[in-house]
Amino acid sequence: MTRLSQTFDRLKSEGRTAFVPFIMAGDPNAETTEKLLHALPEAGADVIELGFPFTDPMADGPIIAEAGQRALALGQTLQGTLSMVKRFREAGHETPIVLMGYANPVLQHGESFASDAVEAGADGLILVDLPPEESETLDAQAKKAGLDVIRLATPTTRDERIDRVVERASGFLYYVAVAGVTGDRSAGADELGEAIARLRTKTSLPIAAGFGIKDAASARAAAQHADAVVVGSAIVKTLAVEGPDAALELARDIAAATHGMGEGS
Amino acid sequence: MADDPRTPLNSFRNGPDDTGHFGTFGGRYVAETLMPLILELGRAYEDAKADPDFREELDRLLNEYVGRPSPLTYAGRLTEHARKSAGKGKGAKIFLKRDELNHTGAHKINNCVGQILLAKRMGRTRIIAETGAGQHGVATATVCALMGLPCVVYMGAEDVERQKPNVFRMKLLGAEIVPVTSGKGTLKDAMNEALRDWVTNVADTFYCIGTAAGPHPYPMMVRDFQSVIGQEAKEQMMKAEGRLPDVAMACIGGGSNAIGLFHPFLDDKEVRLIGVEAAGKGLQTTEHAASLTGGKPGVLHGNKTYLLQDEHGQIDDAHSISAGLDYPGIGPEHAWLHESGRVEYISATDTEALEAFQLCARTEGIIPALEPSHALARALEVAAEMDEDQILLLNMCGRGDKDVFTVAAALGVEV
Repeated sequence: MTRLSQTFDRLKSEGRTAFVPFIMAGDPNAETTEKLLHALPEAGADVIELGFPFTDPMADGPIIAEAGQRALALGQTLQGTLSMVKRFREAGHETPIVLMGYANPVLQHGESFASDAVEAGADGLILVDLPPEESETLDAQAKKAGLDVIRLATPTTRDERIDRVVERASGFLYYVAVAGVTGDRSAGADELGEAIARLRTKTSLPIAAGFGIKDAASARAAAQHADAVVVGSAIVKTLAVEGPDAALELARDIAAATHGMGEGS
Repeated sequence: MADDPRTPLNSFRNGPDDTGHFGTFGGRYVAETLMPLILELGRAYEDAKADPDFREELDRLLNEYVGRPSPLTYAGRLTEHARKSAGKGKGAKIFLKRDELNHTGAHKINNCVGQILLAKRMGRTRIIAETGAGQHGVATATVCALMGLPCVVYMGAEDVERQKPNVFRMKLLGAEIVPVTSGKGTLKDAMNEALRDWVTNVADTFYCIGTAAGPHPYPMMVRDFQSVIGQEAKEQMMKAEGRLPDVAMACIGGGSNAIGLFHPFLDDKEVRLIGVEAAGKGLQTTEHAASLTGGKPGVLHGNKTYLLQDEHGQIDDAHSISAGLDYPGIGPEHAWLHESGRVEYISATDTEALEAFQLCARTEGIIPALEPSHALARALEVAAEMDEDQILLLNMCGRGDKDVFTVAAALGVEV
């Protein structure tokens, strides 16, 4: 059983919703990312999404796109990001890490990517621009290595397509709550509830909701429906504007709201 | 369109397969939000292609509005020029396919008419496009004005500054120009921003891509709409000379004019096909735009193709004096034709293109765009090595009015 499934099973038995913060590896620099990474479990992160930068992030809004450009300007590489994960594990952390980014850096890393990622201690992978239609080779490598491939479903993913999306998905299903880029706007709570209910008829995987969740209130609302709440742009923006301590404080607030909701309060 | 029921099984014209691949290239590497739209677009295009009314309306507009067919011109003085440096009995006859005479001054409009007709058929009410030098933006804005559709053009902030006449042209045509400052503010960033717009406005928006790249079905669709170039040229060559050319050449950025010229000739094995990439300041420098010669396969903007990139898979900036060739990728069908060996790909530098630009103006009275000037630079050499009874066909895909300031600056002339 993978670290991700164990985490979701445990949270389910505790009746809690997972809090999943996103940070960009190398933003504003590698030292700060590493410090944050090591502090996030204590701040309430149940799973961490660690972004790896790409020059052309076509599905990201300005906040995450700029974070990636800052990281690239300082020379952040995918290999460097894997080393970061390795040191996180060496420090004894058990929080699952999902790597998130675009296909080309992974493709250029080569066939050994999935096994290298697992060896470093990563648990899952989200490639924004790799739909299931183009992912057969990587899926096979990931399965062999024990790396969960997390798929995305969106408001435009109609019923007939959901089967295709979940076919080889593992770990959890990431529901992108709005048709748009990261950090754009929020989905209504009712809309989210309906969409997640629809997805549950198609898969038994845990369902994470993301895009547009930016504070305790929106996290609490999303946690009513989802098994996990992903917060990216709000944390990345706070980090950029106010620094790592403020980003951790925001993470603590959102974690408390997410977890509190799961307890049925 | 390009499909011919008699196409043999071992044809070079069968691609892409039904998942949008040309060999290992092409495909649909897009965010899940766009996936259902791309699939719907593919179905709508197949449906339109099978509808004689769609074809008829497209042909009517190409004829009455764009001004097709574009002429085929024997370039006698260029031929003479090439023969000067050729050996005895050498120096092929050079013919120009005059797509620079189209309305808006380039081949770009062939594709815009097709895509925007399709957008209307699909009930889309808003058109977006990316543009580098502004030629595709102007063509899109033109057809949108004709059809009464709102048009938003994404353009790198640096290009907005460099291409002021085209920016104003687009505004006159009623388009909204969005300067893109993300990334490095160039064509590829404009394409990222257009994709972000599309992801956000999926319900009503049609993305009119200007080159034969992007996710399937775009490379196929753009190729089909541009294949009118090669089809006409083929007929015109037969009429003028009673046979096909021995060599057909075109410049390549993303590769839409080249695939439009080449595709109808792909199964005519006796016709040698040559694409000319932009070598910028030289292939030995980092400032060029020759994706096939200087790049390697990767994934960008929805397709797998040859890309200029570093060892970590980060995309490099392209450079060319011609903004229309200034793109770090190339259409996936070219990547496949390169690996299969059917088409040869070579390159020409900024300096060589500038010389060919001036030569063409003086010898033929045609001021070419800087893009086909790259192809012309190499064509003169290729022609000089061919026999004098042979024929070289060159696609003159755009006119150079847009480039006069760039050329003046490069030559140190104040206009």
